[in-house]
Amino acid sequence: MNKRSLLGFAVLLLVACALPFLVSEYRTFQFTLVLIYSIALLGLNILTGFNGQISLGHGAFYAIGAYCAAILMDKAGIPYWATIPAAGAVCLVAGFLFGLPALKLEGLYLALATFALGVSLPQLLKYHHLEEWTGGVQGIVITKPDAPEFIAGLGLALNQDQWLYFFTLAVTVLMFLLAWNLLRGRIGRAMMAIRDNHVAAEAMGVNNSLVKSFTFGVSAMFTGIAGALGAIAIQFVAPDSFNIFLSITFLIGIVIGGVASIPGALYGALFIQFVPNIADEISKAAPWAIFGLFLIGFTYLMPMGVAGAVRMGLARLTRKAHNEPVREALSRPYSPKEENP
Amino acid sequence: MKHALIPIAALLAAALASPAALAQKKYDPGASDKEILVGHINPYSGPASAYGTIGRTIAAYFKKVNEEGGVNGRQINMISYDDGYSPPKTVEMARKLVEQDKVLLIFQPLGTPPNSAIHKYMNAKKVPQLFVATGATKWNDPKGYPWTMGWQPNYQTEAKIYAQHILKTKPNAKIAVLYQNDDYGKDYLKGFRDGLGAKAKTMIVKEASYEVTDPTVDSQMVQLQASGADTFFNITTPKFAAQAIRKAWDSGWKPVHYLNNVSVGVGSVLKPAGLEKSVGLITTSYIKDPTDPQWKDDAAMQAWTAFMKKYYPEGDIIDNSNVYGYGVARTLVQTIKQAGDDLTRANIMKQAASLKNFENDVLLPGIKINTSATDFAPIESVQLARFDGKTWARFGEVMGK
Repeated sequence: MNKRSLLGFAVLLLVACALPFLVSEYRTFQFTLVLIYSIALLGLNILTGFNGQISLGHGAFYAIGAYCAAILMDKAGIPYWATIPAAGAVCLVAGFLFGLPALKLEGLYLALATFALGVSLPQLLKYHHLEEWTGGVQGIVITKPDAPEFIAGLGLALNQDQWLYFFTLAVTVLMFLLAWNLLRGRIGRAMMAIRDNHVAAEAMGVNNSLVKSFTFGVSAMFTGIAGALGAIAIQFVAPDSFNIFLSITFLIGIVIGGVASIPGALYGALFIQFVPNIADEISKAAPWAIFGLFLIGFTYLMPMGVAGAVRMGLARLTRKAHNEPVREALSRPYSPKEENP
Repeated sequence: MKHALIPIAALLAAALASPAALAQKKYDPGASDKEILVGHINPYSGPASAYGTIGRTIAAYFKKVNEEGGVNGRQINMISYDDGYSPPKTVEMARKLVEQDKVLLIFQPLGTPPNSAIHKYMNAKKVPQLFVATGATKWNDPKGYPWTMGWQPNYQTEAKIYAQHILKTKPNAKIAVLYQNDDYGKDYLKGFRDGLGAKAKTMIVKEASYEVTDPTVDSQMVQLQASGADTFFNITTPKFAAQAIRKAWDSGWKPVHYLNNVSVGVGSVLKPAGLEKSVGLITTSYIKDPTDPQWKDDAAMQAWTAFMKKYYPEGDIIDNSNVYGYGVARTLVQTIKQAGDDLTRANIMKQAASLKNFENDVLLPGIKINTSATDFAPIESVQLARFDGKTWARFGEVMGK
């Protein structure tokens, strides 16, 4: 991290910490959802943006994470915070295992296979032999956690929404640091090398199948952790919460936010949380048509996602300051596929 | 400068004086001298968007009420949000309505999963979750959830009526039951068993279930027929209902066939199954069907048609859901009327639980809405109807409470 992005990160974190004291409980709840979605989007972005594997079924991993948390809390009485790593571990394994057969599939075929996962999971959750655990269509109702006592000891009186927000924020920061650390290292470079040219990557000694399966697992882990947090925030899980539209929404999120961009996950999460509500307020008759307009508008005006536009804006500013061409500043981030042989 | 403060002081004095003047009027958030703010959540998009028309009918009805002077001089303003039948979205929208829009109550959220998702929240916040659009029995729980109330006859009530009819007309019946393996199917089955009472064990000779994901119910039907049953209770959703009706006929079984109210659509179920194969099916109804020719000259249905033409012209006048929306909106208006000037959330619930013989004239003749502090099930009576090859012909008395 250079000085500027470190400063940006600090400012962002400061704003994020101040936020729940400035807005209503309901808005705090919405921002909690934004953080949760940003973790899920980051997970999908690791897979699709950085490794080039398209998934139309990440809602399934989100659901698995959510159900893990709900079942552990409801049946086993495990505290909410302990369900987060458990959900992550289950999804890591599930993702890795799904990634193994998916190795044989590329591009659109992989998209279809993951789509199958996304559409089938909500129905599997209703399966009656699992009902004892999943609660069938009834779903599972869970209790919202209170702020722990030590917070009150610090002289802070946080309500449930504020506490959950800070808890989620802590997990989010951790997950983003984890992703950033992973992606800038050897494994991250291997992921991108496979995305850009898998033959060349193999020739350079990258174990393609291992890296791809591992990426699938890590990606599922991120999304699963988001799912577990989502279940705690919503206090309810049911198969209807995780329909295929959720998976599509995630894909929309990463494209709008910026493919292969870490901050892009945050922009995408803001988009998928707030734009459908705005669309609904503009038109009751055709909210999705309005949503579609937003989508087209964003993709047209910001072809590299919001993250790309921000990067370009910053580059322009620096160019003005240093009088260097934009192109150079832009060539630093990950170049799109078609520029490679 | 001194003089400039005088009007402000006057205003302050007026503001301080006004609570005394309004001593008898009590308001919670969402209520004032001028308006009553009602929250509403409905799927306008997603898998259940066909029910979106209910929300539009309700909005149109409030428009009519407002044009005619409102309720006790107050306008009813409704904020309606789309949840797409997705429980997380329902939670978000309910919180928005309660915490941001500050509505007095939330009216008619639709579907069992969306309502389950906000059940706890609404009761913790003590905001009425009123006349929810689902038939599950759990909404009638005044002790555990005093802020939630259903409206339509619940599944158990309906199943009990079939049981009573069987006990009366065929006390030695051998009954086979087919049910969807989820809360909806099990709710019906429980009501049916309770209705048969001690005889349930001997009378029900075979039960078979299916999953929503199953392609057909043919194999279940074969099992049920093989049990030697002469009476069949069909607890299925439209697609499976059509399959079961056809199979029962084609295999030559021909039992006395009771079909749950969920799948009574002539166009959506009986036509695909074959109208001639559906003759003799027995079900229940509680609301006047707009396609039924006998209501052609009925004053209530004529008023409904006139309302639809004037306030919701794009709505379908053969769609049953629009009659439903009209009926449920009238029930809310009655509740608010009864609440008078005490527009607190507690009083709204109290009045909703004090509906006495309220005649909602789009319900079948003889069906009245009654609630009490221990009975949160507004409609508890239905009438049996038999399919005559063209339409459902009602017969017998109105049954239930």
